[in-house]
Amino acid sequence: MHGILSISDHPSHLERNMKTSILALGLATVATMATAQDKPVLTVLTYDSFTAEWGPGPAVEQAFEATCACDLQFVAAGDGAALLARIQMEGAASDADVVLGLDTNLTAAAAATGLFAPHGQGWKNALPVAFDDPVFLPYDWGWFAFVHDKAKLPAPPKSFEELAASDVKIIIQDPRSSTPGLGLLMWVKAAYGDRAGEIWEGLADNIVTVTPGWSEAYGLFLEGEADMVLSYTTSPAYHLIAEEDAGKAAAPFSEGHYLQVEGAGKLAATDQPALADAFLAFMGTEAFQAVIPTTNWMYPAVTPAAGLPAGFETLITPETSLLLSADEALAAREGALAEWQAALAR
Amino acid sequence: MASRIGTLRPPVGAALTAALLGAMTLGTVAVVVAYAGAAMPGVADWAAVRFTVAQAALSAVISGLLAVPVARALARRRFAGRGALITLMGAPFLLPVIVAVLGLLAIFGRAGVMNDGLAALGLPRLSIYGLHGVVMAHVFLNLPLATRMLLLGWQAIPAERFRLAQSLDLTPGAQFRHLEWPMLRATLPGAMLTVFTICLASFAVALTLGGGPGATTVELAIYQALRFDFAPERAATLAVLQFVLCLTALGLGWSLIRDTGFGTGLGRRVEMPAPGGWRKGMDVAAIVLAAGFLMLPLGALVIRGLGGMGDLPGGMWAATLRSVLVALATTVLVTGAALVLALAAGRRAAGHRLFDAAATLPLAASSLVIGTGLFLALRGVASPSTLALPVTIAVNATLALPYAYRLLLPEARALHQGHDRLAQSLGLTRGARFRLVTLPCLARPLGFGAGITAALSMGDLGVITLFAAENNATLPLFIHGLMGSYRMEAAAATALILMGISFALFALFDWIGRHAAA
Repeated sequence: MHGILSISDHPSHLERNMKTSILALGLATVATMATAQDKPVLTVLTYDSFTAEWGPGPAVEQAFEATCACDLQFVAAGDGAALLARIQMEGAASDADVVLGLDTNLTAAAAATGLFAPHGQGWKNALPVAFDDPVFLPYDWGWFAFVHDKAKLPAPPKSFEELAASDVKIIIQDPRSSTPGLGLLMWVKAAYGDRAGEIWEGLADNIVTVTPGWSEAYGLFLEGEADMVLSYTTSPAYHLIAEEDAGKAAAPFSEGHYLQVEGAGKLAATDQPALADAFLAFMGTEAFQAVIPTTNWMYPAVTPAAGLPAGFETLITPETSLLLSADEALAAREGALAEWQAALAR
Repeated sequence: MASRIGTLRPPVGAALTAALLGAMTLGTVAVVVAYAGAAMPGVADWAAVRFTVAQAALSAVISGLLAVPVARALARRRFAGRGALITLMGAPFLLPVIVAVLGLLAIFGRAGVMNDGLAALGLPRLSIYGLHGVVMAHVFLNLPLATRMLLLGWQAIPAERFRLAQSLDLTPGAQFRHLEWPMLRATLPGAMLTVFTICLASFAVALTLGGGPGATTVELAIYQALRFDFAPERAATLAVLQFVLCLTALGLGWSLIRDTGFGTGLGRRVEMPAPGGWRKGMDVAAIVLAAGFLMLPLGALVIRGLGGMGDLPGGMWAATLRSVLVALATTVLVTGAALVLALAAGRRAAGHRLFDAAATLPLAASSLVIGTGLFLALRGVASPSTLALPVTIAVNATLALPYAYRLLLPEARALHQGHDRLAQSLGLTRGARFRLVTLPCLARPLGFGAGITAALSMGDLGVITLFAAENNATLPLFIHGLMGSYRMEAAAATALILMGISFALFALFDWIGRHAAA
């Protein structure tokens, strides 16, 4: 897949020499060089479900490649929070050019690594909250919620306290590797503050297992391993639209629902800065945004011209949205994680 | 005299090999100690230590206690398939852990046979995730090992003792008190401690069956600290804790090895008395239950895997090729290193005690501890994914070396005592002596050791998880990925291929060794 002269493969002298010669020889030469396998490669590091067959990956790849004369390669590396660890682990040696899938609970930590570059994009989003970050651009959003099967669990708990008091079994994600897992931590923290540890102690015996990512958790839920799974208010739309199954629902919680805004950022050490910029610009276009609702099963950051797909109107709309700012989330993360670990390690 | 020089030549190769082993074990520990100062262990870290010790202790005690009736039954009963069953008991040591886990999931998992049965009876389904799942997998992997160790103990009781017991008309109970209990008191702690030590460094089982902070081993916590949190200092702190745990267990093992005090018999093979009645029923039950527990999961995996053979996942053959190359490279390294060290130690060359220590040190090391040390030492030199396969080869080689070395050492000693003078008096050159004497004499343990190394390396799921990216996953890591996306049929099919290659590599090297033997 990488030709000998593939640019992304050689961030070293070869590439620099090549860039010089490209400049010297002019664009005409580039055109003749750019045979199929010598197309520049844009590597986008993202979470597993984004690249799944049924996820947004294939459609986005096709649409972007039609405009970029490049090879867009998605690399799936677990869930969103693990992406950040991966980038820190690889540092400037990373092959990735863009990281897609960090949310507001991680953006401050990610920006602090110094590994990301400002995006410089001007397109406007239509998020329910103000979001104007110099490093990360939002591409979709949603509310976290516990999803259940209406037939198997006709009367789901209506709050964390009810859930903790019940014997309803749930599957959650690890907050250290997964953005929904971290979102749940922030959800409990935003709703209960200093009582968060107590809530987690109550929830401990409801938790069947903690998975590294959303995909594993949702897979286990569909296999019948638990009554509820931490997911999104929009997840039932997948079953309704893609499977014509109206049996799944998100349980409204009286505390309100925590909001997730997912974004992408460009790595400072990218060897494809122009392509990375082009991709971030493409994220705001109809071609990208229109596939989000029925592939990523989230609300698009920019509402498509045709509106949301039929079926989305059946979803619950929380009365209260909870969200910690990026800085608040960064400040709260360590303490909340320690409370969570302490409660679940018993 | 040329021949004297031949004996006294400084063991340069062995010294270099020992130095490399020291760097891989003590060197990497030194690196993590240097980093560990920055982070004190937190509540969650101590919870991981407690869980690690608890699950290892439970696994050891259960494996040891279950092994008693099984080994006793095997020792005193003769039946068709007994030899095959004992041979089969050696297999789990070579079985890739992820294959064992998939087998257990096929029986005890949510969608497994047992839960389907419970559901059919209207009973609630049981979950395999958490402490009981981890312990069950460890018992599955280690019960055979404990059984074989105890079986050796039973077979070591001199036949004369049993005959004496018979002539004294001792009841089976009295015979147990006077003959078998002293043997068990001497061998059972060692067997349990061996299992305990193995389970202390458990990673793959906890990775696949552990469930969140309540079921995290220290090895798994190291992985999470790096791959989830990216907290290198915490990973280093955890690595120090893990090293201390393993070193303590190894030290205990040294002090626990006791003499049974039976004296020796004439080595005559007299059958152990095999009482009838309910005792026979108990023995039959022990053998049937143990064989069922060991074989049913693998049988279920084979059935599930064959169903998935028609639709093998893309990328599988590339991962297979990577794993085979890793296994072969590891085998070459280990065989060479073990040979050099064992020959030097066998002829008591200068520094032979150091060589012996260097070849034993890896027993106190663990995949993720070495991995963390290497990651910290090589940070910034190259990207982790570039290093993934070389690091995996180096770590696998280090961890497999003690086994290959221990297999060679007695033979190397015998070789030195038996052939050295003759070879010297014949004036054989070093090359000719190596070719004509050393290799043929050591071929059998060399082949066996190479087989074990290749199989262990092929099935390893440890340090690769720290370093690999998607494009350089080994076969066990690839299977783990399939499990993560709940493609269980594809995972089972791939696991069958992994198991087949692991056993085939073992059989191949073992066969080469036996056929090249003098």
